[in-house]
Amino acid sequence: MNPMKNPRIIGTIAVIILLGLTPLAFAQENYAMRVITVGMCAAIAVYGLNIILGFTGQLNLAQGGFFGIGAYGVGLLTTDYDWSFWAAFVVSVIGTAVIGYLCGLIALRTKDEYFAIFTMAIGFIIFLVISRWEPVTHAHSGVNNVKFPEGGGLIDFESPVAMFYLVFAILLICVYTTYAIRRSSVGRTLLTIRTSEDLADAIGVRVGFSKQLAFAASAVFGGVGGGLYATVVGFIGPDAASIDKTFEFLMFILVGGMGTVAGPLLGSMIVTFLFELFQDFQAYRFIVLGPIIVALVIFAPRGIVGYLGGFVDRRNRRRRAEEARGADDDLDSTGASTSGGTGDHRARNVADGIESGAGRTGGTPSSEETK
Amino acid sequence: MTLFIQQLFNGLALGGVYCLAAIGLTLVFGVLRIPNLAHGALYMLGAYITYFFLTTVGVPYIAAIGIAAIMLFIVGVGLERLVFHPLRNSPHTHHMIAAVGAMFFFQALAQAIWGADFRRMDTPITGELRILGAEISAQRIVIIVTAVIVLALLALFIKRSIHGQTIEAIEQDRVGASLVGINPSMVSMLTLGLSALLATIAAGLVAPINLLSPTMGDALNLKVFAIIILGGLGSLPGAIVGGFALAIAETMTATYISSAVGEAVAFIVLVAVLAIKPNGLFTKAVQR
Repeated sequence: MNPMKNPRIIGTIAVIILLGLTPLAFAQENYAMRVITVGMCAAIAVYGLNIILGFTGQLNLAQGGFFGIGAYGVGLLTTDYDWSFWAAFVVSVIGTAVIGYLCGLIALRTKDEYFAIFTMAIGFIIFLVISRWEPVTHAHSGVNNVKFPEGGGLIDFESPVAMFYLVFAILLICVYTTYAIRRSSVGRTLLTIRTSEDLADAIGVRVGFSKQLAFAASAVFGGVGGGLYATVVGFIGPDAASIDKTFEFLMFILVGGMGTVAGPLLGSMIVTFLFELFQDFQAYRFIVLGPIIVALVIFAPRGIVGYLGGFVDRRNRRRRAEEARGADDDLDSTGASTSGGTGDHRARNVADGIESGAGRTGGTPSSEETK
Repeated sequence: MTLFIQQLFNGLALGGVYCLAAIGLTLVFGVLRIPNLAHGALYMLGAYITYFFLTTVGVPYIAAIGIAAIMLFIVGVGLERLVFHPLRNSPHTHHMIAAVGAMFFFQALAQAIWGADFRRMDTPITGELRILGAEISAQRIVIIVTAVIVLALLALFIKRSIHGQTIEAIEQDRVGASLVGINPSMVSMLTLGLSALLATIAAGLVAPINLLSPTMGDALNLKVFAIIILGGLGSLPGAIVGGFALAIAETMTATYISSAVGEAVAFIVLVAVLAIKPNGLFTKAVQR
């Protein structure tokens, strides 16, 4: 299909352009700009989560920890060691990648619940190190006055708008990377693992290696998001690495839609906005947001973008059914597709249904017994 | 030597608490095949409700724990009905995410009612016992004794009573059990209620020693997960052995090495075990 005619791509580009234009509306309001920029930093980390959870189907609960490593890497190197931002940023991202890879060495051996619990332990260990290793991380007093990126005399990153566009540019790279992965054979491999690990193994996919790759990639995205977060906010505390951060990311991705290209961005923005709305309640916001998470998982596990994608798929399928039935050369299926089953029982649609991973609608009566 | 005995009893008391909390979690895993990430939040809620009945209402200590345990049983049943039952056909990630949502809800609720500050629950049981020269506080003895009694009652319930046996039947074979007339939904509710009840007893017992806070369940949550992975997911003897082993390891490293290491030992053990045996130490062959 011509990419310019694909509603998913058009939608994604529309969201990006809309976001890119927000400084026009809020340029004078530093607070609003900052909230949006912080939301975008989180979105970058959520794109990492999307690779491991959305594509590969493994619940990674260490993402907040990697975010914290990125943030503390930049924070500590630019203040205590007086490095320039860019050097500190590159080093902390590489550091996150290395730690992510090493954790992945073990993570690749575990499965399902064990993987989730293992990564939760990793996240907690990272948090413990950051919040207790007083001589290095300053523990609860945190890191103050993280440097702004150096503009080399050309750009002044102290202005919120310049900072916004820096984060925006990096976010675009992440969106594109996700899109590229989604379309490539790597993405397909990951989706196979999500559908069934045993099946993937049987048809010759290197399950462990692919999972490790996905895990390391997600850690890198987490580190990038964290590094930018440190410079945007200027002050970081152990909260930046807490498990709550991971759960925030989870909510972002759930609202937006797991395994989609635009989902993490849309979800991050919408939930950030909701958080701001509940600002007055601060800690109590989860009285409302907790049940919302539960309701989302039960009633809308595919998120906003997942639903829009399902709508597009149904329309395409109808159109294709009207056309000649043999024209089945288009194997792109770029988004999570519906498993609604509109009566079209060709194998391809069944495969799509499995791929979307939306268990609620896909569950057969017997699946309770086989689980 | 005195220090060692002192710490041994501290470890045993902590182990009793870990066991009670871990057994509930492992039961839930055995029956529902989900790791209930909200377990720590149930424990926290149990502690606060015990605190409420003990200090605000003013009922005796044991009665406060009992009332809280019954209330948490109802909360557990509600959690199964409202959260896990609708998700029974979903991929496993969805349960965990939903459990996280429930966990946040409970934490925020506790914070809204009781505030974010640490609270102290004064121990109604005072006095100390002298054992081999070491002074052991009576509260710790109470914890150990109660934990043993509750564990014995639980074993009796599961092995001897008809409702307990349905739990075991469902664990062994869900399809087979429903074929002989056991209702899996009822058993799921019973199990989650039971796990919340056990967590509350654990929380009520340990609350006078520790401080209460809305996030008190977080660290425990990870520790009990470490325990049930050590003992094998779904294995009751594994949870008991793992609970005591981890608690004693923790108190001993905290005493003889450093408190930070003591706190981290659970996670170090967890990571090490998963690195060597990705499916836990004593995992029995479970049906999928």
